[in-house]
This record gives sequence, C-alpha cells and structure tokens, in this order.
Amino acid sequence: MNARSLFIPATLFLVIAFLIGPFLIIVAASFSAGETLAFPPQGFSLRWIAKVFTVESFQASFAMSLFLAIGGTAAALVLGIPASYALSRYKLPGAEIVRTVVSAPIIVPGIIVGLALLRYIVVPFQVGITLALFVAHTALVLPYAVRVVSASLDNLRSDIEEAAVLLGSSRLGAFFRVVMPNIRGGIMSAFILGFVTSFNQVPVSLFLSGPGVRTLPVDMIAYMEIVFDPSVAALSSLLAFLSIGIVFAAERFLGFSRYV
Amino acid sequence: MSDASYLSLEKLTLAYGDTVAVADLDLDIRKGELIALLGPSGCGKTTTMRAIAGLLPVKSGRVRLDGADMTRVPANKRAVGLVFQSYALFPHLSVYENVAFGLKLKGMRGAELDAKVQAGLKSVGLSSFANRKPAELSGGQQQRVALARSMVMEPKVLLLDEPLSNLDARLRLEMRTELQRVQKETGVTMIFVTHDQAEALALADRIVVMKGGAIEQIGTPEDIYNRPVSSFVADFVGFENIFPLEGGQLRTSGGLIELSGEAPSAAGLAWRPRMVTLGTGPFRGTVRGTSFAGDSREYLLDTSFGAIKAEVEAGLPAHALGADLLFDLPAEKAALLSKFS
Ligand SMILES: Nc1ncnc2c1ncn2[C@@H]1O[C@H](COP(=O)(O)OP(=O)(O)O)[C@@H](O)[C@H]1O
Ligand SMILES: [Mg+2]
Repeated sequence: MNARSLFIPATLFLVIAFLIGPFLIIVAASFSAGETLAFPPQGFSLRWIAKVFTVESFQASFAMSLFLAIGGTAAALVLGIPASYALSRYKLPGAEIVRTVVSAPIIVPGIIVGLALLRYIVVPFQVGITLALFVAHTALVLPYAVRVVSASLDNLRSDIEEAAVLLGSSRLGAFFRVVMPNIRGGIMSAFILGFVTSFNQVPVSLFLSGPGVRTLPVDMIAYMEIVFDPSVAALSSLLAFLSIGIVFAAERFLGFSRYV
Repeated sequence: MSDASYLSLEKLTLAYGDTVAVADLDLDIRKGELIALLGPSGCGKTTTMRAIAGLLPVKSGRVRLDGADMTRVPANKRAVGLVFQSYALFPHLSVYENVAFGLKLKGMRGAELDAKVQAGLKSVGLSSFANRKPAELSGGQQQRVALARSMVMEPKVLLLDEPLSNLDARLRLEMRTELQRVQKETGVTMIFVTHDQAEALALADRIVVMKGGAIEQIGTPEDIYNRPVSSFVADFVGFENIFPLEGGQLRTSGGLIELSGEAPSAAGLAWRPRMVTLGTGPFRGTVRGTSFAGDSREYLLDTSFGAIKAEVEAGLPAHALGADLLFDLPAEKAALLSKFS
C-alpha cells in the first residue's frame, strides 16, 4: 500500500469519525455516573436516563414539539400536495417563481425567519406563541413536502388520470382514486422528513417561546444554561435513537430513500 | 341521425394555445365501422382522438355521436373508450381491479360485476392474470388489459392510439387479429391511429389519411392503395416514382419528358416500382443499386428522370451494377394524382 491508495480509505474514515464521533460521545456521556456532563464518562449508570422522564418542563416541551412536528407536517402536506400537483400538471405562468418562493425557507436562515415572525407578526398582531410556532413549522416543512411530493408526481404518468376520467370518474375523483394511491410512498416520506426537520428545529423556534410554551430543543438549551448534568445528553441520545428508528422503519417499509 | 353518420366531426378545429393542430376537419363514420387514421407523426391524429374523447376542448366545430351533440359534454359522460398509446393502466391496482374500475363507478357490484370483469378478462385471454399488477405483465398483455378495461364499459366508440406500434412484429400480428375479432364480435365502432400503412390496409374498413392537421383522402383500403389522390398519399402507400404533369409532360429533375403513351389529364402521375417496365421501352437507365427481396428484386436506376425504382420477379435473370437497361413508365398503369405538393 502506498500513500495514494491509503488516501481514500483515510478520508472516508475521517468523514465517518466526524459524523458519528460526536454522537458516540453523547451516547457514552448519557451513561455516566458523574454529576456533570463529561467525556470520558465517569462510571456507568442509568440515573440520567431515568431523570429525563422526571423533568416536568421536558414533558411539556416534548408534547409541544410532537404536536408541532405532527400538526405542522400534516398542515404542510395539506397545502403542499395540491400545490405540487398544480406545479407538476399545469403549465402555470410563473411556476418557476412559485417553486423558488416555496423553497425560500430552506435558503433563508431559520434565525431570520424566527426573528421576522416575532418582530412583524407575533408582537404587532398579538398572535399566540403556539399559533406562531405552528405557522412557522408549517412554513418550514412546506418546501420539503413540495419537493418530495413533486418528485413522486413527476414519476407518475398523467395519462392514468385521463384514463380514469374516460372510465367515468370526475377530475377530482381521479385525483383521489388514481393519483393519491400512487404517491402514497412519497407522501409518507415527506411526512417523515418533515417530522424530523420540525422536531429538531432550533433557530426558528428560538425566538418563539413564552411562559410554559417551548419546543423541546429550545427547552434543552434553556435547561443546560442552568443545570449542566448529563440528563441533556441522555435526552439527546433517546431522541436520536427515536429518529433513527423512524427513518429505518421508513426505509424498510417504504423505500424512503427513493423519494429524497 | 342517418346511418352514415353515427359519429360526425363537423368543421372541427383544434388548437394548443394559438397553434392550430387540426383545422376544419369533416368526417362521418358509420355505426360499427373500423376506421384507421393514417398519417405521419405530428399530423394531428392523437389530437383528433383526444377531441373525440373529450379530453381536449374544441376550438370550433362540432362532435356529434349517436344523434347527440357531444361538443360540450365532459369526457366522463361521453361513453367513448380510449386505449392509450402508453396503455395508462393504474399501477396500484391488479389487472382485475383495473378492468373493474369503470364498472364500479357505474355502481355495479357483486356477482354482476364479477361476471362482467371475468368475461372481459376471458375475451382477451387474461383470466389467469387477474391478480397480477400491471408492472408484472408484458407490453402485449398490458395492452390487452387496457382493451378489456375499455370494452367492458361497452363504449359507443372505441379509440385506439397507435395500438400496435409498441409491440414486436409477432405480437403485432396477433394483436391485429385480436382487434379485428373484438370489433366483429361486439360490433363496436372503432377508430385506430397508425402511421403504418400496412396496418391500416390490413385492418380498416375505411382509411382516413391525414396530413398537417387536415384530411388528405378518405377511402377503402383498395382506394388508398390503388388510387391515391395526391402525391402525399401516393408516397405514403409505397409509390416510389412520382412526378408532376405539365402540359402533358412529366416534370423531372432532368427537365420535361414526353411519355411513351398518351398522357392522361392529372396534376401528377405515380408508379409503384412494380409498375415500371424493365428490359423494353423508349428510355434508358443505368443500374446504380440492386436488392434482393425473396420473391422480387429491386433496381435503382440512374435515368434522365432522375432516380427510378423498379421491381421485377426474382426468377428473371439479374442485372449487374452498371448495366444499361431499357425501361418504360407506362402511362396507362400510372395512378392519377389530382393534387401535387
Ligand atoms: N400538448 C401539446 N402542446 C402543444 N402542441 C402540441 C401538443 N400536443 C401535440 N401538439 C402539436 O400538435 C400537432 C399534432 O400532434 P399530434 O396530434 O400528437 O400528432 P400525431 O398523433 O399525429 O403524431 C403537432 O404539431 C404537435 O407538435
Ligand atoms: Mg400521436
């Protein structure tokens, strides 16, 4: 083996180390027996993992995050599926502009979106924090929903809709009878992608918190500023395994990676 | 409604935006007729079919079917079936469910539905494939599913867009027979699109030749094959030697040439290679190419007319490349063209 033939394996190793390393460190730290977040962990215990379930604010913010991830993604799909359909099936004037605008939240830093929502919507119009968070997460997930659903619509020939119409179906009926069943995989994928994106979202949510209303990641940051114990690492590990589990299940049952 | 116009297209004009694809088309089709729409790619065949089916709004003119004006009737209320060039089967449904789709929308259920679907599948020989998904079938089988799916609806008119062009040669023959059989058994009025003249000649009761969004000629296969009205149709059905007539003389790339016989009055004349007399005649040509086609042999001659294609029985002695031959374009055999383009 000369230097050249070692280069690629070495690079690969480094990439994997940088990707997985922090995760492994966090997981290891969650099992620490010590009082502070530290690596290498001091001893072994499950006490910090157990503690996660006793912190009350975590329970509330977890429920909030779950609500936003499920509700926001569902709302994004309700808006995104018809939008994707219109974009892919009709030669609309300005379709390209719409596509760009719809992906804007991917491009604009989340912190700006959050600040803008707070400064120009929440404060002047006295919008409730929960509603603002819901709108923000819907907008955040919408680009992913449009992108993934569009991809599966583009793979579906549009003449099956015409065939359905000639067999007696209305246009709308044809959409539900032959389009929806054939993009179900894409819709599920968009849902999972949207769920994970929303759930892990920090910057947009950072500005949108009020008394007792916070998303879980923001709550974790707040907790860490006061208490620096390994329970945050434990919670992070639990969430990471939850995400991994969902993505694996999706890949296993839906061929998730085909749509992303 | 007269019997001769079960389906009529009256001054039908169809457009995509401002681009007119079909202009002022008139066509009357009898009940139970098998019509071929023949023409090169882009001449408006699919466009015409889509307008008959109601998938494409009509710009002007009318579509009448079975005595009723269909021009503004939506596609799902017309009782017109269409077998798409791509088959357009529903990928998520089994063969059985594909065929049952339209019947269920009609409200058919239970034993009646099952009997209808089974009969439909049986008629195209796919009874044992009922539970397969379309993706698990060959192209020919998919097409038969599409045919059965339309036929169980008992449409007033069945349209087929290039039903044979995606199939390999053997399947194509099989499917031809199949279409003919279905049409004869059910008596359904059928229009199929093709760009293959042999297919149109073999299958159709009447052929409608289209060119550039308009009808060039309507006639029986014999009419079209033997009496093309224009240079376009002549060229399409295999006349290789086609010349305009000017004052009783042929206009060729080598100038005006007097025919051996009395020139008929027409805008142009056309000869199939087989109609060219080889070995005797007032003209001379040099063999530039030759090809053997089993029971016949084709020659490409360099002549004062330009290139001439001639075909003779293969049993006759062959002529070598470069040989000088006498030939004739007999005026009495020529097809008379009233239109030259
Ligand atoms: N969706 C469309 N938009 C614009 N022009 C079209 C469309 N479909 C067909 N055309 C044009 O209309 C003409 C007729 O097309 P078509 O009916 O598909 O021809 P054919 O089926 O005979 O090959 C062509 O010039 C084609 O370019
Ligand atoms: Mg076509």
